[in-house]
Amino acid sequence: MTTTAEIVSRCEAIFEDLDFTAARAWKDAVPGRKVVGFLPLYAPLELIHAAGCLPLGLFGGGDKLEVIHGDAFYQSYICRIPRSTVELGMTKRLDFVDGMIFPFVCDVIRNLSGMWKIMFPNVWTKFFDTPQNFDPEIGGSYYVAELQEMRDGLETLTGRKVSDDDLRRSIALYNENRRLVRQLYTFRARQPWKAPTSEVYLLMRAGLMIDVAEHNALLVRYMAAAEKEDRPKRDNVRVAIYGSFCEQPPLNLIKSIEMAGCYVVEDDYILVNRFLTEDVALDIDPLEALATAYIAHSVETSCKYVPREGEKGKFHVDQIRKAGAEGVIYATPSFCDPALLDRPMICKKLTEEGIPHISFKYAENSGQMQPVREQAGTFADSIKLWS
Amino acid sequence: MSEIVKEPSMLLQKEMIARNYEAITSKHETGRKVSSTFVPGNLNELLLCFDIVNNLPEINAIQNGMRKLSGNYIMDAEKSGHSEDVCTYVKADIGMMGAGNIAPNGKPFPKPDVLLLSYTGCYTFMKWFELLREEYKCPTLMLHVPYEGDGHSTKNMRDYIVKQLKEVIIPGLEQVSGIKFDIDRLREALRNSAKAEDNLVWVLESGKHKPSPIDAYFGGVYYIGPIFTAFRGTPDAIAYYDALRTEVQARIDTRQGPITPDGSNFNDQRYRLVVEGPPNWTHFREFWKMFSDEGAVVVASSYTKVGGMYDLGFRHDADNPLETLADYCLGCYTNRNLPTRVDILAKYIEEYEADGLLINSIKSCNSFSAGQLMMMNEVERRTGKPGAFIETDLVDPRYFSAANVKNRLESYFQMIEQKRLGTAKAA
Ligand code: SF4
Ligand code: SF4
Repeated sequence: MTTTAEIVSRCEAIFEDLDFTAARAWKDAVPGRKVVGFLPLYAPLELIHAAGCLPLGLFGGGDKLEVIHGDAFYQSYICRIPRSTVELGMTKRLDFVDGMIFPFVCDVIRNLSGMWKIMFPNVWTKFFDTPQNFDPEIGGSYYVAELQEMRDGLETLTGRKVSDDDLRRSIALYNENRRLVRQLYTFRARQPWKAPTSEVYLLMRAGLMIDVAEHNALLVRYMAAAEKEDRPKRDNVRVAIYGSFCEQPPLNLIKSIEMAGCYVVEDDYILVNRFLTEDVALDIDPLEALATAYIAHSVETSCKYVPREGEKGKFHVDQIRKAGAEGVIYATPSFCDPALLDRPMICKKLTEEGIPHISFKYAENSGQMQPVREQAGTFADSIKLWS
Repeated sequence: MSEIVKEPSMLLQKEMIARNYEAITSKHETGRKVSSTFVPGNLNELLLCFDIVNNLPEINAIQNGMRKLSGNYIMDAEKSGHSEDVCTYVKADIGMMGAGNIAPNGKPFPKPDVLLLSYTGCYTFMKWFELLREEYKCPTLMLHVPYEGDGHSTKNMRDYIVKQLKEVIIPGLEQVSGIKFDIDRLREALRNSAKAEDNLVWVLESGKHKPSPIDAYFGGVYYIGPIFTAFRGTPDAIAYYDALRTEVQARIDTRQGPITPDGSNFNDQRYRLVVEGPPNWTHFREFWKMFSDEGAVVVASSYTKVGGMYDLGFRHDADNPLETLADYCLGCYTNRNLPTRVDILAKYIEEYEADGLLINSIKSCNSFSAGQLMMMNEVERRTGKPGAFIETDLVDPRYFSAANVKNRLESYFQMIEQKRLGTAKAA
């Protein structure tokens, strides 16, 4: 694979495959291998990897999955991702998944963890509560013990010990992954015409469904190919997307924003591999290292409490400045408490900072792209006009 | 529409609540400090140690709902950028602030001196206080209570909460109040709590009688009032629950049902229900009447457990003052995982000999609502008793469709009848 097109088409195939053929093949390749699924927003994949399992990112069913059973589980005023996740489970598409991690993001996914225990009693199901206290002595030590509990759970699931050295090896691979992802985001921010977001997005999604080492290699190859390719630079405005961290918009929506004249130079789509902003230390106890990274070096996002009022939204503003975005599209799933409760606070901060912004809602199965294109197009025009 | 006819204990409570609102709104005259905090996981005993008055925003939203003010507040909040999709308690609160922040006693709410963010069982709490903090610019003390994802608490969770109490909450409250923490004062309050809790449990469990002397949902929301709000840990709460117990005992002795919204005793109890989920407040009386008119009494409910699951045995324990606060916070109903909630509801159906489970699903509230359809199916499967599902909202009148709710209830009662006939035939 030498061209971006080839790499992206491979990623798209993985992303679109709701039978998870690649993950099944990984599991079948060696007897005894286990697959552990995880939902948004953040789980320490290093632990799953160190236990010899494949962490499999599950971000809903997108716009290709027909949801039949899932709708019977949820009222109309609840977002789409839990119903399509239930659908994936009930249609046996996840029958090869041995464990499921439901990280804390909101009450919907929290409650889904309990539903999973009832529906799939043979699957190891773990709700994973990250601390909201960011004092290393308080939240940090709680978190270390939670990580240890997860490690114990994984050991029981796999029947093998997860040593500190196993963990360090995995941390090193994920550090590499985060470094490459940051590099790609920087590359896109510098030359967005060379790395369109629809492509970067597919690379990220596929990356959470294959082994991390393979993803690292793909990232390297993609950046090398993208650098070499000559693609036309358009007169687009540069925007950041926020609010899209959990239920994902359909790929068409991501493309529509670009087609409407926006280069997306910063986003919070599937934050997992960008959740930690710095390397996890390799020279201390690995659980301590993971906890410290979470406490001291993780993004601001809606599932985390911001202890100081003045800091609220600061992370976003810094990211926007760093990426050179000229405006923000706050795009949230309908009925998404975290994104929608945060929206007034983040948007207020943007207004104070003089950063133009618009907002709209979507669902993972939204079909109509025209309104999005029009809204994003008008937004782009207004930025061009006034800047 | 006329008001609900009040039992003596309701009047007593009304007077207590009025006194608390007076204490809040007169803070500038008295110099007392005021905190805002949430019902589930509230640390009232701790606040008492610092002479801090407790203001509960959910209760204000309920008050505004019952007084038909919340609808406009919610729309105002939506106009100012708050999403139509999020919890209407938050919007009712924010809308009330925009409209002058007037307390039910007609006086303006003062700014709180501290936002005590006891973060138990509901995601929205965290954002609600982040939003209020922008407005009030006062200290915010966060107590993170982990969720019981595996159906039980762990030592790590408990230690984490105790550490936060010791190192964040207590020093924070000392600073706000200027009063040094006295653990003996806390112990005394906790002893008071346990006494009141004993009587509350006795009252809630009286729903096992036939006829039931209480309605554990529409009456239940009054019964939990003092203990879930600003009075747990006070002699006032002990006195209230003593009075309530005496009142209920008198009804048991005379085989009387609870008082209906129009003041008669509800003795013709044809259906015994367990209800899951909060009630609707904007049409509370009308909603209640739909049940009592059909002869349906609620014998147990989950909503009366959001501020603590005392009926499962928990009591505040003066011998372990900080640990008991941790256990209390961990054990509130919505902090328990779904399988546990199913167990609790199925147990209620059996123990209270109920005809079935009714779920009032609240549009606003993912904490309660996400997963309720499955809960209903599970409880039906386990108990063999029919379930039913209605949808309303807490304080947004736009989501209360009287005709729909009534229809659903009527068909549900028919279903129960059919089930009874079927069972009778089979026997
Ligand atoms: S989309 Fe929003 S509300 Fe829905 S599960 Fe995700 S975070 Fe929760
Ligand atoms: S979401 Fe539910 S539990 Fe949370 S504040 Fe709103 S009504 Fe209360």
